Amino acid sequence: MLFHINGTRYDVEVDVRTTLLDLLRDRLQLTGSKKGCNQGACGACTILVNGVRINSCLALAIQYQGEEITTVEGLESNDSLHPLQRAFIEHDGFQCGYCTPGQLCSAIGLLNELQAGVPSVVTDNLQAADISLTPDELRERMSGNICRCGAYNGIVQAIQEYSADRIAGVAR
Amino acid sequence: MSAVRNPKQQSEMPRVVGQPIARVDGPLKVRGQARFAAEVDLPGLAYAALAYSSIAKGRIVSIDTSAARQAAGVMFVMTHENAPKLNPPPIFTEGGAAVSRLPIMQGADVHWNGQPIAIVVAESQEQAEHAASLIQARFDTEPAVLSLDKSRARAKAHEHILGEPPKIEIGDAESALASAEVRVDRVYRTPRQNHNAIELHAVTVHWEEGTLVVHDSTQMINMSALALQRIFDLPPDKVRVKSPFIGGGFGGKGLWSYQVLAAAVAREVQRPVRLVLSREGVFRSIGGRTLTEQRVALGARKDGALAALIHTGLTGMTSHSYCPEQFTFPARHLYQADRFKIAQEYVALHMVPNTFMRAPGESVGTFALESAIDELAVALQLDPIELRRRLEPKVDPTSRHPFSQRGLIEAYRRGAEKFGWHDRNLEPRSRREGDWLIGHGVATATYPYYRQPGGAARIRLNAEGHAIVQMASHEMGMGTATVQAQFAADLLAVPLEEVKFEYGDSTQPAGTMAGGSSQTASIIGAVVAASEALFAELLRLAGPQSPLAGLEPGEVMTRDRGLCARRDPGRFESYRAILKRAGRQEVSAEASSAEPVEAQKYSMHSTGAQFCEVRVNAITGEIRVSRFLGSFDVGRIVNPKTAASQLRGGIVMGIGLALMEETLFDERTGRIMNASLAEYHVPVHMDVPAIDVIWNDIPDPQSPHGVRGIGEIGITGVGAAIANAVYNAAGVRVRELPITLDKT
Repeated sequence: MLFHINGTRYDVEVDVRTTLLDLLRDRLQLTGSKKGCNQGACGACTILVNGVRINSCLALAIQYQGEEITTVEGLESNDSLHPLQRAFIEHDGFQCGYCTPGQLCSAIGLLNELQAGVPSVVTDNLQAADISLTPDELRERMSGNICRCGAYNGIVQAIQEYSADRIAGVAR
Repeated sequence: MSAVRNPKQQSEMPRVVGQPIARVDGPLKVRGQARFAAEVDLPGLAYAALAYSSIAKGRIVSIDTSAARQAAGVMFVMTHENAPKLNPPPIFTEGGAAVSRLPIMQGADVHWNGQPIAIVVAESQEQAEHAASLIQARFDTEPAVLSLDKSRARAKAHEHILGEPPKIEIGDAESALASAEVRVDRVYRTPRQNHNAIELHAVTVHWEEGTLVVHDSTQMINMSALALQRIFDLPPDKVRVKSPFIGGGFGGKGLWSYQVLAAAVAREVQRPVRLVLSREGVFRSIGGRTLTEQRVALGARKDGALAALIHTGLTGMTSHSYCPEQFTFPARHLYQADRFKIAQEYVALHMVPNTFMRAPGESVGTFALESAIDELAVALQLDPIELRRRLEPKVDPTSRHPFSQRGLIEAYRRGAEKFGWHDRNLEPRSRREGDWLIGHGVATATYPYYRQPGGAARIRLNAEGHAIVQMASHEMGMGTATVQAQFAADLLAVPLEEVKFEYGDSTQPAGTMAGGSSQTASIIGAVVAASEALFAELLRLAGPQSPLAGLEPGEVMTRDRGLCARRDPGRFESYRAILKRAGRQEVSAEASSAEPVEAQKYSMHSTGAQFCEVRVNAITGEIRVSRFLGSFDVGRIVNPKTAASQLRGGIVMGIGLALMEETLFDERTGRIMNASLAEYHVPVHMDVPAIDVIWNDIPDPQSPHGVRGIGEIGITGVGAAIANAVYNAAGVRVRELPITLDKT
């Protein structure tokens, strides 16, 4: 079975019961993605598949052969932290660091969803092509990622800063 | 207390204590490269899974493991029938990290619903979990004690409560209450809660030539190592516990049966074994906070002065563990009263042993006490902050010891100003915006100062003058490596980049547990002691040719990567120069901290004021916290960035305690009914507003370097602040947590 993860191809046989999360953690030693509940309730295992965020604990690995999978290990480029990773450090968007990879991947998926015009339950205008990242939109869309240390304020600030920089970058 | 004397220096180097330094392990954590217990890769690793009892009390009559043993990939199945002899685990009052004294898998007795009864080892996680599901046990059920409410006749007094008297009576408080001009006499209830650290309890364990090596997620490395030595009859050098990162602890990461079972089966199969509990397994086999029923009765004069303060009640506990959930502690120290009656008892229940969870006692004790104070303020038609100002004691009201430092009223003043407290509406249920009723509440936060005895630290200086400080302590999000590097940098007068704090391994000098908000002060106490030994050694090495020749350790201080004479800072020599002349590549010194005698002479507590605004939906009763400010008096702050996160994090968990957290316990079967994060709700992003935290930053003159811990105080007072705000918003007084919409 062939898996494309962070730009690398892995050829590995897995049990049909193996989740994508267990494939990453136990078989490929990509332990950045975390297990917090194994039932889609905490978000610690969030990764990106073709740019869309999913809970990898609820995904069977065999279903994701050939898809473009990005985990926290794939966020940095040329050994340099992703700007969102830097913003998390600057705004202290974590304490123990266990939910952090999921928060990072989720935030990147969230911004992709906004760009694609996907509404949320707090979006006023469901027809809008351009949804802005209000504090409520951000908090609602990140609510699938639990941080038990309670670093939510720092996480929100980090995502807001990164999003603003990204929009400013696009505008330039 | 000379060993923890605060360093005085006149360095040209800028001080880093007090600076908002970003976490030194931040890059590791955002890369997902901080190595947690379940992420240690070892050749030949096998996977384990547990099976649990389905009754609360009785005996295992038979346990059929044949299907499990024959399942694919299974190497070994262990039950009480074939387990090796394991000694009873020592609990924390005996120096160990175990929560329960019960021998682990040594007999057929069942003590709670969820007790592990079998462990399976297989080649893969999937195989182990499947095989564990095939185990069939038959039980003889005996009557179990499951309801606190129905078993109150069984209540027993504690012999002591964490070394404090279980009962305090000063004067006749009941008579004074009966004749008081104004009375509040209420019962408050708080439910079971679970820590729910996002990292599941996990261990990777292997035996290496007779040495048990445990990659654990623990807040008590040395106490775990000691317990494992006793359980497995091993000498101290044959147990090594490593725990460099803990994915959240909050009191829940001690020694439970799972580590012991994993170690036992690893020895049997002669392979490394990893055991990661499921979230349900965490709920069922790892205890959380117990339930409480508390009476608070206040008898006051019309000016607010208290003639009587009564705080009594009950908790559930087990007969084989010891966590009293000391909810009567705040009432011992917070308010002046003429007469006191303080007592708490417990009922032994057949449940998973409860344990310490963030501010055990104070978190739920302040809910009751601070709700009652608010009720008294309403009855007196007094502002609740003004009432607290009138009740502020000059010395500790029950121990009569002087306070080492106390800035509660200052915290209220600063908090009220920043929050805009005096603009609030006094009349309950009188401010409405659309469907939302808006209200404000305030409550006192309090947590004791603790410094643990028995810790030791080592400082190593190399030929370049770079320092490594070592102590077997813990990082579960508090920023230990960062704040301790900051402290050591100032202490040794070396730049922050040239100091490293190493921790998390039982081969290092003994650390103290990360609990009771004690770790920062405990480490600093040991590091200061080690620095004094280091300076003595450096003076010895310096010899007669040094400008420092003839100086005694007490006559030097540090500056600019070296030592100088206190009275003549011009008499200076760098560490580098001292080592070079002595021909040494390194100098190292180790020392133990002085006994924490300061806490015996003084009443030492952090305090704070929690302010909040809530919105209660007039139609549905839904409650949202829309604003929050915590104003704290917590001693000197070493790192404002990590400190703010810790205080905020406590408040966030307090929002959970107030509004949603409850472990549902079936009193017929003893089974936990909501053993998942889908059904046990913790605060998520949408539940948490921007939280403002401020502090007085007044050093405690009695503690090492003026610090007091800040891990726990954040959660205290939050439940009452929210309950008081709900009363102000909706006119409904909720005395039973959590404050869910059906109660408003």
